Amino acid sequence: MDAALSALVSIAFHGLAYAMVLYLISVGLSVTMGLMGFVNLAHGVFAMAGGYVAISLMNRAGIPFFLALALAFAVVALASMALERTLYARLYGATELDQVLLTIGLVFMAGAAAKFFWGPLPLPVRLPDYLRGQIDIAGRAFPAYRSFLIVGGAAVVTALWLGLERTRFGAQIRATVDNRRMAQSLGINTALLFTCAFAVGSGLAALGGALGADILAIDPTYAQEHLIFFLIVVAVGGLGSIRGPFVAALLLGIADTACKYLIPEFGAFFIYAATLGLLLWRPQGLFGHAA
Amino acid sequence: MTAPPPSPAAHRLRLYEILPWLCAGGAFFVFPDYLALGGQILIMVLFALSLDLVLGYAGIVTLGHAAFFGAGAYVAGILAAHGWTEPLTLLLAAGAVACLLGLVTGAIVLRTSGLSLLMVTLVVSELLQEAANKLGWLTGGADGLQGITIAPVLGLFRFDLFGRTAYLYCLVILFLAWALARLIVHSPFGRSLIGIRENVTRMHAIGSPVFRRRLRIYAISAALAGIAGALLTQTTQFVALQVLSFELSGSVLVMLILGGVGRLYGAFIGAPLYMIAQDQLARDDPAHWLFWIGLLLVVVVMFARGGVLGIVDRLRGALR
Repeated sequence: MDAALSALVSIAFHGLAYAMVLYLISVGLSVTMGLMGFVNLAHGVFAMAGGYVAISLMNRAGIPFFLALALAFAVVALASMALERTLYARLYGATELDQVLLTIGLVFMAGAAAKFFWGPLPLPVRLPDYLRGQIDIAGRAFPAYRSFLIVGGAAVVTALWLGLERTRFGAQIRATVDNRRMAQSLGINTALLFTCAFAVGSGLAALGGALGADILAIDPTYAQEHLIFFLIVVAVGGLGSIRGPFVAALLLGIADTACKYLIPEFGAFFIYAATLGLLLWRPQGLFGHAA
Repeated sequence: MTAPPPSPAAHRLRLYEILPWLCAGGAFFVFPDYLALGGQILIMVLFALSLDLVLGYAGIVTLGHAAFFGAGAYVAGILAAHGWTEPLTLLLAAGAVACLLGLVTGAIVLRTSGLSLLMVTLVVSELLQEAANKLGWLTGGADGLQGITIAPVLGLFRFDLFGRTAYLYCLVILFLAWALARLIVHSPFGRSLIGIRENVTRMHAIGSPVFRRRLRIYAISAALAGIAGALLTQTTQFVALQVLSFELSGSVLVMLILGGVGRLYGAFIGAPLYMIAQDQLARDDPAHWLFWIGLLLVVVVMFARGGVLGIVDRLRGALR
C-alpha cells in the first residue's frame, strides 16, 4: 500500500515538473498559431537554442545559473525577432504548406548547425550546488531541482497569466486572437504586436529548454525529436488558448511519466493512441473554439 | 504554387510525357553500375508520386506519409520471412494493408485541419514506429527485419546481384502506378479534388461529398505508398525501422517540393535530384547534407515556389 502510494506521489511529482517544462516551451507556439495562424514547426529550435546558450554560458564562461537563464531568454528572444521580421513575416498570408516547408527547413539547418558547433552528444548539465540533492517535504525526500522546476515554473506561469489578464499588452493580444480584423480597425498595430508576442513566446521556449535540459536532453535532434510532444500540447489544449495548453501539458506530463514508470515496454504508444482518441472526440482540442 | 486549371485539351497525352520513361529506360543501359541506386530512385519516385496525389491534388498537408510506406515495407517483409515469397501477390497484400490503414487513419486525420491535421498524421506514423520498435519478435525491432527471401518475378526473373531485375521490376510497377495516377488526376473525381483544394466551401455548396472524396484519395495514395515500401523490401531484402520515420516523411516531402507539387511530374524530377545529390554529398557527413537541404527548402519557399517545374513554367511564360 505504502509502495503504491509512494509510486503515485513520485509519478505526480515528476510529471508535474515535466509538465512545467512542456508548458513553458509550448505556450508560445499556441499564441503564434492563434494570433497569425502560422504553422511553426521550428518552435522547438528556440527551446534547443535556449538550452545550448544557457549551458554553454554556465559551463564555459562560468556565468551563474540564473543569469545564464535570463541571458538565454534575451538572446533567443532577440534572435527570434530577427527571424520573424526577415522570414516568417513574409509568409503570413501564404499557404500552410509553405509555412511547413520553411519551418522544416529551419529545423534541419538548426540541427546541423548544433551538431557542427557542439557535437552530436547531449550537453551535460552542471547545476549549482544549492539545487542538487534532496529536500524533505512531509517526511518524503524529493529531488531539489525538480521541486525548483515546479515552483519556478508556477511562478513564471502566474506572471504570464497576470500579464495577459491585467496589462494593456495582454488585452491587445487577447483581442487580436479573438478577432484580428476588429483589433486592427481599433488601431492596434497587430504586426508589431505579433513580433513582440513571437519574441516573448520564443524566449519562454528558450527558458523551458534551458530549465528542462535535465529532462529533455539538449542534443542536435532536439527540435525534431520533441516536436511531436509540443504539437500535442498545443493541439490538445486548443489553438490560441493560454490555459488550454497548461491543462494539456499537465495531462501529457503526468501520463508520459506514468507510462515510463509503469509500462516502459510500450514506450509512448498509449500517449499517441490517447491523443488520436481525444482529437477524434474533439478535433478543436479541449479548450479550442469550434472551427 | 500549383499549376493553373487546364483546359479540356490538357487531358490528352503530351509528347513530353514520354520523357521520364525514355530517361529511365536509357539509364538502364548507360549506368549499368548504378542500377541499385536507380532502383531506389524509382521507388522514391513512386512514393513521392503517391504523396503528390494527397498533397498536390487534394491539398492535404501530411507529415506522416512514411506510415504507409513503412506499413507496406513491413507487411511484405514479415510475410516473406514467413514463407510467402511470390513478389507480385506480396505487392498486392502490402498495398491492401496500407490502403486499409489509410482508410482508418484518414477517417481521423480528415476530420481535423491545420496544425491538428499535421499533428495527427505525425502521431499516426510515430505510433506505428513505436509499435514496430517494441514488437521485436515480429518486426526485428531496432535491428531491422532480416531473413527475407523473394521468389523470382513471375517465376522467371531472379533478383540478381547487380540489381538489373530489381530496376526493371520497379520501373514496370512505377509505370502502372503512374498510369493509374494519371487516370485519376484527369478524371472528374480528380477534377473535384482540385476543386476541394482550391475552394472547399464552394465544393460543399454545390453538393460535393468532400469528406468521402478526400478519404478515397487518401486511401489510394496510401496504397501506392505501401506498394513503394514493399518494393523497397523486395529489392533490398531488409526492412529497417527508418521506413516509418519522420525523416523519411520529411525527405519525400522535400523531393516533391524540389520537383514541383500538384503536377504529377514533380516526383519524377525531385526524387532523382534529391537521391543523386544525397548519394554524392551525404557520404562524408550526413549532418552537413541536412543543413544544405534545409537551406534549399527555405530558398525554394522564399524565391522559387513551384520547384524546378515552376521555374520551367515561368521561363516558358517569359519566352512566349
